[in-house]
Amino acid sequence: MARRTSPARVAVFTALGWAVGFVVFFPILWMVLTSFKTELEAFRTPPSFLFFDWTLENYAIVQARSDYLRYAMNSIVLAGGSTLAALVFAIPAAWAMAFSPTERTRGTLLWMLSTKMMPPVGVLVPMYLLFRDFSLLDTHVGLIAVLALGNLPIVIWMLYTYFKEIPRDILEASRMDGASSWKEIVFVLTPMAVPGIASTILLNVILAWNEAFWTLNLSTIKAAPLTAFIASYSSPEGLFWAKLSAASTLAIAPILVLGWFSQRQLVRGLTFGAVK
Amino acid sequence: MSIKALLAGACSLFALSVAGASAETLTIATVNNGDMIRMQGLTEDFTKANPDITLQWVTLEENVLRQRVTTDIATKGGQFDVLTIGTYEVPIWAKQGWLVALDHLGADYDVDDLLPAIRSGISQDGKLYAAPFYGESSMIMYRKDLFEKAGITMPESPTWDFVADAARKLTDKASETYGICLRGKAGWGENMAFLTAMSNSFGARWFDESWKAQFDQPAWKATLDFYVDLMKDAGPPGASSNGFNENLALFNAGKCGMWIDATVAASFVTNPKESTVADKVGFALAPNTGKGKNANWLWAWNLAIPAGSQKVEAAEKFISWATSKHYTELVASKEGWANVPPGTRTSLYNNPEYQKAAPFAALTLASINSADPTHPTVDPVPYVGVQFVAIPEFQGIGTTVGQYFSAALAGQSTVDEALAQAQQYTTDEMTAAGYIK
Repeated sequence: MARRTSPARVAVFTALGWAVGFVVFFPILWMVLTSFKTELEAFRTPPSFLFFDWTLENYAIVQARSDYLRYAMNSIVLAGGSTLAALVFAIPAAWAMAFSPTERTRGTLLWMLSTKMMPPVGVLVPMYLLFRDFSLLDTHVGLIAVLALGNLPIVIWMLYTYFKEIPRDILEASRMDGASSWKEIVFVLTPMAVPGIASTILLNVILAWNEAFWTLNLSTIKAAPLTAFIASYSSPEGLFWAKLSAASTLAIAPILVLGWFSQRQLVRGLTFGAVK
Repeated sequence: MSIKALLAGACSLFALSVAGASAETLTIATVNNGDMIRMQGLTEDFTKANPDITLQWVTLEENVLRQRVTTDIATKGGQFDVLTIGTYEVPIWAKQGWLVALDHLGADYDVDDLLPAIRSGISQDGKLYAAPFYGESSMIMYRKDLFEKAGITMPESPTWDFVADAARKLTDKASETYGICLRGKAGWGENMAFLTAMSNSFGARWFDESWKAQFDQPAWKATLDFYVDLMKDAGPPGASSNGFNENLALFNAGKCGMWIDATVAASFVTNPKESTVADKVGFALAPNTGKGKNANWLWAWNLAIPAGSQKVEAAEKFISWATSKHYTELVASKEGWANVPPGTRTSLYNNPEYQKAAPFAALTLASINSADPTHPTVDPVPYVGVQFVAIPEFQGIGTTVGQYFSAALAGQSTVDEALAQAQQYTTDEMTAAGYIK
């Protein structure tokens, strides 16, 4: 019998949920509000929350100074391209590990994850030399490869977890019907794991969108994404908080919209198999 | 269409493509500050005179730029044709052979007009390896209204004792008014820039002539004791996390009686669009202890060409334009004399129009002239640099020592402990790097 929940309890938990959500979202809200302030207003103490002279001058300055669309397009290409490249390698890898594990599968998975523990700056110079020698500096191809490889362990882990939830019997049935391994992955496994793959794609896009170390160090102009756009508005000598906030708001806007519209799929995918 | 027309069209296309192929594109790496951004808006003047050269800008935050440019030049990545680098990098990189000597800046460039202190910091064996775009020192910015109210008069060249007394008198913690705001955030370019310059005025030095660390000497103890006591009595709360921007925000909000920092801040604190105390700010030379050195530093952002560049001629043309007297006049005509990049040329400070537009001009010049990067301390030292030591190891050592000193300011350790840690760490690092045999 389902347990009845009292309205008061629902109200308390709803209020609590909203409060926690507000606290988590507050820094982003503050950044958006600051982007509509003048520089003087931006560092006024005590700060004004909503009652200040709203201005769009920071957005106008940012637009006039930088080619936002070029940076945004580069971010889309890098995030999209690296996600696609990672999936091409990760789906077969996760399939093999989930359905044909060997005694080394667990160790391999842990080893892959361990590569994420190394500070990237430790391999900056060798990577830079490789990029220089293969003429990959400031190219989309080079950055897509780095971002895809960087996120590959997480993508494989996520897909492996989702694939493990799919009953092996269904795959065996498809094999009995004469499906090849390729058809089994494309027509049976992938459609069944769509929520998991969708959330993996979303997470990977967000990770690639926010990646700042490699994108800043290996790009100059042609392939520079929004992380370079933001970095051009930060300064240790000079208060440019309002302009920096406007640039940051523009930089996170596309990913925020994407996350907002796909939050249902994202939560579903991330909790897939978590509760039985 | 006749054959002739077709041929003419083809020839035009060929001519256009040849012209396109011969155009050179310079990629310029630069920092995000007002003067550099202004230059980006004025480059039409350069490209009109040099139609075969186009300019591409990579603007980055100072620390990001430093890492990006250092990686590129050390690996000969060739991503940039013109670099914006500080006075710390120029002597080290010139010694490594990473920079092109600027021998062809043009007959009308007038190298001798460059301020001697700035010029000596970016020269090696008499050759210029970078051209200064703007220079800065440090000085005291103070609230004239608060001084008047307290009945104190700021001398043009005050001593540290005067500054400390005044700071304690001006402090009113109940109304959140603090006598003095100084850098406390750890970092070689943050608290250590200030503390190294301060220590110079107390007669301290980083190393003796045989590269032995000097933190166990009385002059460093006097410096750090004075700084920590003063900040405890008259500094704002949480000063150990305050850098340039935090102190600028505090000063502009009217919470600091005095602030000792970069001369470039003068234009920020006197700008009514940014500062609530714009019309109440006075200036004075950085303090001293009567030992012959003031506590002011010397810094310049310079334009340089990486060695191995394929576009040296075009790059040198651009650098010559950007650091010329002509550029100064261009900025003055478009945006007024107050917005001209300061601190590089003697002629600017002799210009009556500039003197009128920038009330802090004389103090800036006096501050820059009183800092000598080749003789920064009371006692002799084996290094170049006023608020830094121009050796590659300094960034790492300076930041770690900065953390020890910041911890002392925060009360997490005593001054004696911080100095002992600094002495030990610096000695170990300098031994490992081969300076101490």
